[in-house]
Amino acid sequence: MSLSNEMVQEQLIAKFGDQVSQFATSYGMLSFESPKEINLKVLQFLYDEPSLAFTFLTDICAVNYPNQTGAELVVVYHLHNLKENIRLRYSVSTSLGNTDVYTATKLFESANWMERETYDFFGINFVGHPNLKRILNVDEMDYFPLRKEFPLEDQTRIDKDDEMFGRG
Amino acid sequence: MEHNHITLPEGSIEKTTTTLNIGPTHPATHGVFQNIMEVDGERIVSSDQTVGYIHRAFEKLAERRPLYQITPITDRLNYCSSPINNMGWHITCEKFLQIETPKRVDYLRVIIMELARISDHLICNSIVGVDTGAYTGFLYVMQYRELIYEIYEEICGSRLTTNIGRIGGFERNFTNTAFTKLEKFLNEYPKVLKEFESLFTRNRIFMERTQGTGGISAERAMNYGFTGPNLRAAGVDYDVRVHQPYSSYQDFNFTVPVGTTGDNYDRFLVRNAEMWESISIIRQAYEKVQAFKGAEAEVYHADVPEYYLPKKEDVYTKMEALIWHFKIIMGEIDLPKGQIYCPVEGGNGELGFYLISDGGRTPFRLHFRRPCFIYYQAYPELIKGGMLSDAVVTMSSLNLIAGELDA
Repeated sequence: MSLSNEMVQEQLIAKFGDQVSQFATSYGMLSFESPKEINLKVLQFLYDEPSLAFTFLTDICAVNYPNQTGAELVVVYHLHNLKENIRLRYSVSTSLGNTDVYTATKLFESANWMERETYDFFGINFVGHPNLKRILNVDEMDYFPLRKEFPLEDQTRIDKDDEMFGRG
Repeated sequence: MEHNHITLPEGSIEKTTTTLNIGPTHPATHGVFQNIMEVDGERIVSSDQTVGYIHRAFEKLAERRPLYQITPITDRLNYCSSPINNMGWHITCEKFLQIETPKRVDYLRVIIMELARISDHLICNSIVGVDTGAYTGFLYVMQYRELIYEIYEEICGSRLTTNIGRIGGFERNFTNTAFTKLEKFLNEYPKVLKEFESLFTRNRIFMERTQGTGGISAERAMNYGFTGPNLRAAGVDYDVRVHQPYSSYQDFNFTVPVGTTGDNYDRFLVRNAEMWESISIIRQAYEKVQAFKGAEAEVYHADVPEYYLPKKEDVYTKMEALIWHFKIIMGEIDLPKGQIYCPVEGGNGELGFYLISDGGRTPFRLHFRRPCFIYYQAYPELIKGGMLSDAVVTMSSLNLIAGELDA
């Protein structure tokens, strides 16, 4: 019997009730959210439950939505059940003021660098991470560059003399 | 009289191990990697990696670019097989925009992607040879990688950072010269691969250098997020081409080679076996491409005026083509809202594109799942307790590409 998105959703609701929400399927992939306090419980449940067995962590990344007050930063987990070949997207959101999210490194070794990268670019503080320091950027950097508050240079700016580049 | 002694750090006299710095630029690292190793004689006690030397903030750059301008960024991820990255990005965009590509485009893409896989594996395996002391194989197979690069050149005009294809298909149809070159490659390469294998596979020195070094169990490999040949060498038959077929891979017959021990030797064997599979896939795809007759044989892109640049002569003569040309070039096409994660089987594992759009003209966020960034963190575990010279082989056999690692 193959696992379907609906079955995953049912099991999650049966276990966590209304703590898991925002179920949606886009391009064939189920996605849902939960409060960040229970992220480890959800990941552990998805990992341990034999009928779910999402034991492969494909990816962790974060997204910054500056307009969602109180939930500006979203951490996205992509999980994969290799046996049933079904993928899942799970996200937790956190505010800019308190960026603590529990680390998944105890469950997945691969989360180590993925979380370091996420910390490096978004400043998510993964609580319990064994070595949470910058990975791709220099250690001296004092900001988190992938947040939306750091826009790339505005291409329509006029205070710069760039006649030579066809924009004068 | 005062002596100007060098002041040694405290505890350095009592220390029984040596700290050794390998990299960031070192002939043994084949890329910009720094490894700080704690060695006891020649045994590695522990090691620590530093990465990020060629970090170029691709994910930030992508937030300011319309989709077609992101393709050249993907070139620079795994630059040993950039066509796969290009195609992966196009396929992501097409899935996101729900564009159906014609079968002929799919097959042409398969040819290019498998050529790229061969050139990627060829480099990796021959470099493993170099690191075990056999330079001959590396120099010999270079001329066959050259044949692959000539095919790229014929199709898109460039060799290393290819920027090949467009959203919806290819920028131009394959020329006859391209097919002739492909035939030449298909005729000559299998013999060379056979020779390459007989140089290494049962070579006593090579076997003793690679067997039992840098091994990892299937469980650990999965926990570390290994994908691609490195995971398959550990015995897990996970291949995106089979599990989530894209670009009509379901139309092809091929096997997924697996190893057992996950050590350097198995990784070598898996890559070699994959090259044979790739040759077979290219042959099948070429046959399928040749089977198209008449108007079908001229199809090289889908009909998507919003994303596929019109022909230059149409731009000069037709109003509509001119409008689309400007809209595309100026990046004035709004994307639909939504999120998609789309993986392809890259040269060294599952290369994923996580695209979020808020309805603007550029991605709101684009994240690359880079396989070698994820599996490189297992390196200290792979080499711990082994010899220093084996660590060098392990590093090249993992097929680490700095461009992909640092994004």
